[in-house]
Amino acid sequence: MRIRAFAAVLAATAALPFAAQATDLEVTHWWTSGGEAAAVKELATAFDATGNKWIDGAIAGSGSTARPIMISRITGGDPMGATQFNHGRQAEELVQSGLMRDLSDVAEKGKWKDVIKPSSLLDSCTFEGKIYCAPVNIHSWQWLWLSNSAFEKIGVPVPKDWNEFVAAGPKLREAGLQPLALGGQAFQAAGLFDVLLISIGGRELYEKVYQDKDEETAAGPDMAKIFAAADEARKLAKGSNVQDWNQATNLVLSGKAGGQIMGDWAQGEFQQAGQVAGKDYTCLPGLGLNQVLTTGGDAIYFPLLEDEEKSKAQEVLAETIVDPKVQIAFNLKKGSVPVRGDVDLGAANDCMKKGIEIIARGDVAISTDQLVSADSQKQKEDLMSEFFAKESMTPQQAQERFAEIIGSAD
Amino acid sequence: MPNPMPSQTGRTAPAPRSSGRPNQLFRNLNSKIALIPMMLVAAVVFFGGTVWTVIYSFTNSRLLPRASFVGFDQYERLWSASRWIISIQNLLVYGILSLIFSLVVGFVLAALMDQKIRFESAFRTIFLYPFALSFIVTGLVWQWILNPEFGVQGIVRSLGWTSFTFDPLYNPDIVIYGILIAGLWQGTGLVMCLMLAGLRGIDEDIWKAARVDGIPMWRTYLFVVIPMMRPVFITTLVLIGSGIVKLYDLVVAQTSGGPGNASEVPAKYVYDYMFQAQNLGQGFAASTMMLLTVAIIIIPWAYLEFGGKKRG
Repeated sequence: MRIRAFAAVLAATAALPFAAQATDLEVTHWWTSGGEAAAVKELATAFDATGNKWIDGAIAGSGSTARPIMISRITGGDPMGATQFNHGRQAEELVQSGLMRDLSDVAEKGKWKDVIKPSSLLDSCTFEGKIYCAPVNIHSWQWLWLSNSAFEKIGVPVPKDWNEFVAAGPKLREAGLQPLALGGQAFQAAGLFDVLLISIGGRELYEKVYQDKDEETAAGPDMAKIFAAADEARKLAKGSNVQDWNQATNLVLSGKAGGQIMGDWAQGEFQQAGQVAGKDYTCLPGLGLNQVLTTGGDAIYFPLLEDEEKSKAQEVLAETIVDPKVQIAFNLKKGSVPVRGDVDLGAANDCMKKGIEIIARGDVAISTDQLVSADSQKQKEDLMSEFFAKESMTPQQAQERFAEIIGSAD
Repeated sequence: MPNPMPSQTGRTAPAPRSSGRPNQLFRNLNSKIALIPMMLVAAVVFFGGTVWTVIYSFTNSRLLPRASFVGFDQYERLWSASRWIISIQNLLVYGILSLIFSLVVGFVLAALMDQKIRFESAFRTIFLYPFALSFIVTGLVWQWILNPEFGVQGIVRSLGWTSFTFDPLYNPDIVIYGILIAGLWQGTGLVMCLMLAGLRGIDEDIWKAARVDGIPMWRTYLFVVIPMMRPVFITTLVLIGSGIVKLYDLVVAQTSGGPGNASEVPAKYVYDYMFQAQNLGQGFAASTMMLLTVAIIIIPWAYLEFGGKKRG
């Protein structure tokens, strides 16, 4: 009897692949926090509605956990149907070595060149005149999220910019609250630093350092100010004792921390928790100082597949992603800005509207992911996570090493 | 159904005394043929892979291997990276301490267990249990135990000692000891079992003789039993040593290298640079350095151990 049952199970599992449709498309991504997962579901539903089937390949952890898995699957000859990467250079070599699929036809049909704003997004998808990825959303790092209840508790009005926030730091500490929430993952410290750089130092300094990779500027007095600010942030962030960015966001959500510098994806967490912008929490784009946003974000890349039906499904998915309706549904849940200039986000909340306005005004800069190679980004992450954890490291020492990294960056 | 029988062919026939000297190549031909796949794997995958890695560590390969050679650039960068230096220091501290402690604690536990105590098997099970857990699980368990809010510190504080501080995982100066605790907890049980087996292998008559001569027990252990257990110690040493060099998952689960990069280890550097930073050349250089370190330790030892005496 046992054997018969066993055989039945075997038969069932063997039959499974035949029962499923041939146009299954596995999509790998690292959208796993509450708000992110809700957004992915919108995308999956829209894709399923086209008669294909979205096979969810979520990889938990941050992008730095997920990307190695994705890349080794593609280079190792087991490509998925489609995969997420950030806008920029993360998939650069995969494209160069011909492992990715050219989407130029789809892009032409959908007039991507005209509708996708800002155009730098499509530029970073382009290699030798061909388009290799479908932009999904625009994310910007330059946001300070503040907990209104925390500031109520200490009897201080909610800060309007970074300087006021720093001034309120000691009071938060006294009240037993964490002034600045910062998780232990390396990308958070590095991201925070870049936000300080562009928000306090301005767009020119940012471009000098990351675009021109000017070692002298990186070692100069303007950058010294940024490192001094980072030193202040380090003191405010001491004692966070959390790892993931959404755990840090949760400290702000629950009023245990005064604020967090994190990209606008944190917005999804507030939304998920049912909090209202302006009432429960406050957002300060550009830390309330220089309102310039970097337009990074996510894009979907499509590995080159031999299976023709799957290749067709890839085209459908690329079209679905850029579709105006899907753009709205996805980005509302995710808290990000659509990649199209021609969709109306009436349902967006105050924070998102601020972001859309700044981007429409053209106060944008190119994200570090697009400007700097993954290798140099990693070196910067190493430096920043060390600097934020090790109090004995002075801002001057950190700046020296930063200048070296910029000098050798590509 | 007939059970698979222990195959006769694989077994070594009662070996003829070495005085006979038949053609060495054809001795135990069957087992040699059976070994061919394994030998091929070892030659191609282990040896070939190693050579390939070393060669490509002299290139500037990024995401994909690329044969454009840049000399020792990768190594220069490696040794000027503070994260690599920290990794090496951490590995040294962890390695030396974990070697000493797991041997000492393991042997003492085994010696105590050998005193014909009651419920020996129950104790043995308890001590060996952590070894059944993977490093990831071990790391997560200890991450919680050492978490200042929920773990030891939280409990002691709730008992009244409000100024008690014990948060090794959040203090860059002592974080490596937090990892060491977890590593010892996981590995000592196995060392104990190996030692116990070694102790059981000591002839009862030796103990009797020592007792007749009036030698105290601790001296018998130290000067008679331990030297006799040399092979067991070597096995244990190899096991502990390889565990130290490949230390990775425990760190990832407990601290993921933090706070900052205070608990980074070489294996993690290799992985991070190969895959996250998409810089294969740098990762290869780091792994070659790891290989070199191991070789520096192993080769002189192996030379001393096997080099001198040539036993047919």
